[in-house]
Amino acid sequence: MYYGELSGLKLGAATRDAFGDSLKELGAKHPEVVVVDADVGNSTRTEPFMKAFPERSFNVGIAESNMVSVAAGLASCGKTAVCSSFATFLLSNAFDQLRMSVAFPKMNVKFVGSHSGISIGEDGPSQMGIEDVSLACSLPGVKVIVPSDAVQTAAATAAMLAEHGPIYLRTGRSKVAILYPNGCDFKIGKAIQLRDGSDVTIIANGLMVGAALDAATELAKSGINARVLDMHTVKPVDEEAIAKAARETQRIVVVEEHLAHGGLGSVVATVVSRTVPVPMAYVNVGDCFAESGDPQGLLDKYGLNPAAIVAAVKSVIG
Amino acid sequence: MAVSIEELKAKAKLLRKHIIRMTTAAGSGHPSSSLSAVEMITALYFGGFMKYRPQEPHWAARDRFILSKGHAVPALYAAMAEAGYFTVEATLSLRKLGSVFEGHPNMLRMPGIEASTGSLGQGLSLGLGQALGMHLDKLDSRVFVMTGDGELDEGQVWEAAAAAGKFKPGNLTVIVDQNGYQQTGATKDVLDMRPIADKFAAFGWHTQTVNGNCQANAVAALTIATNIKDRPTCIISQTQKGFGILPLLEAEGDLNYHGKPLSPALAEKAIAFLDSQA
Repeated sequence: MYYGELSGLKLGAATRDAFGDSLKELGAKHPEVVVVDADVGNSTRTEPFMKAFPERSFNVGIAESNMVSVAAGLASCGKTAVCSSFATFLLSNAFDQLRMSVAFPKMNVKFVGSHSGISIGEDGPSQMGIEDVSLACSLPGVKVIVPSDAVQTAAATAAMLAEHGPIYLRTGRSKVAILYPNGCDFKIGKAIQLRDGSDVTIIANGLMVGAALDAATELAKSGINARVLDMHTVKPVDEEAIAKAARETQRIVVVEEHLAHGGLGSVVATVVSRTVPVPMAYVNVGDCFAESGDPQGLLDKYGLNPAAIVAAVKSVIG
Repeated sequence: MAVSIEELKAKAKLLRKHIIRMTTAAGSGHPSSSLSAVEMITALYFGGFMKYRPQEPHWAARDRFILSKGHAVPALYAAMAEAGYFTVEATLSLRKLGSVFEGHPNMLRMPGIEASTGSLGQGLSLGLGQALGMHLDKLDSRVFVMTGDGELDEGQVWEAAAAAGKFKPGNLTVIVDQNGYQQTGATKDVLDMRPIADKFAAFGWHTQTVNGNCQANAVAALTIATNIKDRPTCIISQTQKGFGILPLLEAEGDLNYHGKPLSPALAEKAIAFLDSQA
């Protein structure tokens, strides 16, 4: 079973794989792109690029802080510097470097965190990036993208490299459903409506977009029409789409594979409260660390599945 | 060398006066940490070791200086003023609202500043990235990074030292301004990182240990470092915090004199003292 299956979607590649393939492809066209790795390139999938372009690739060892600042140094020489690690090691271990070497001087560094969320499964909570979006969003001027499928990830990678300045891209380990046709339209900061509805809007990103669609499929059976928005960019968030959804559907449920504090839920709530205040509910990891286990078992245990989304929708519909 | 040691010494004296004047005018800042670094910075900017264009600060082929011990930025502002990036008078707006002369280096607001620093430990990594970038662009340019000795407590410095040992950028030089003090006391008491040269050497760096407040020594060390092209180079620059006005700081009973400006009266005395010295 995978998210999106109930909605008739096919299973595609993991977003980390789509990022890696796309990076390699773009690397051939863009000689200014360089990669700095903290010895996890075969996990984060910068490896294909590093093998194809060894002279533009630097593995600095298991040293995320140094990786980020070295990337910033390369960027200050006009390079488009991509660095990556597991989301939690990148954002948590190297946060000061992301703040001081990258965000403050607005360096053209793209930092990519793989292994996001609890769905990485068996490796357990030390490896799970569940606070990364919050940390990345707290950095002034940094854009934050959480793509939901392989096609979108490829488009996001291209868009990210084409734009000057610091950007965080969050990728996942597990295979996800294909939501978009090849060549689909992708614009940083512009949400995508995957399903229209008038009773509630489910706003999700990453892995949870497929689950949101499944929840909407399920809700339709009981006559509830849910709109589903893919909010792939958390910062700058699409305020217009959020306000429109609040106005037109009067209820909003925000779904993400992240802690309750500081992620997409917090960002959307800020916009809703300021524009069209409506009842809201949240589906996320809450305020806890998870545990080791099989991915689907963990998602079920920590309430990140279509059933939990359906319950959240019913709680705001009353 | 086109410039004589005597000329550099005169320049160093000017830099010291600028440092004292701007920090006293600011009413805050780190004059003592700036004063220890003066001879090396003087040699870099005026001894022919760095190519740069004040009128074209982003010139692609320039050499770069990263002040990783960002709190010593008055020394850098003083050198840049003398180099012609801006007037000496302008530096008197140090730390004031609206001034580009911020309390720590901010490359966004000041062309010619090569890295925004102030969170200690990051400059050597930034310099390594720049050295690698220059290599990719086949530029015959060099990066000079100055760290403090207290700054070496930061683990990231050693991540960078190890990585530089791997990539062997022959165009990267780190100058450790070993002035012997950090915020709460002597570096040997807070966290003794000595022997420093041995540590860098163990990672594959060329190392030298010199009297960094001797202008001739500074020039000699940089001459050696810039002639080495096959590996990164490290200069342990043994200095004294507050060098140039030490008798006055001694009279104040504080040889560390960390993070505080001289009072206007003491600043006046310090400048008179500097003028009285050869």
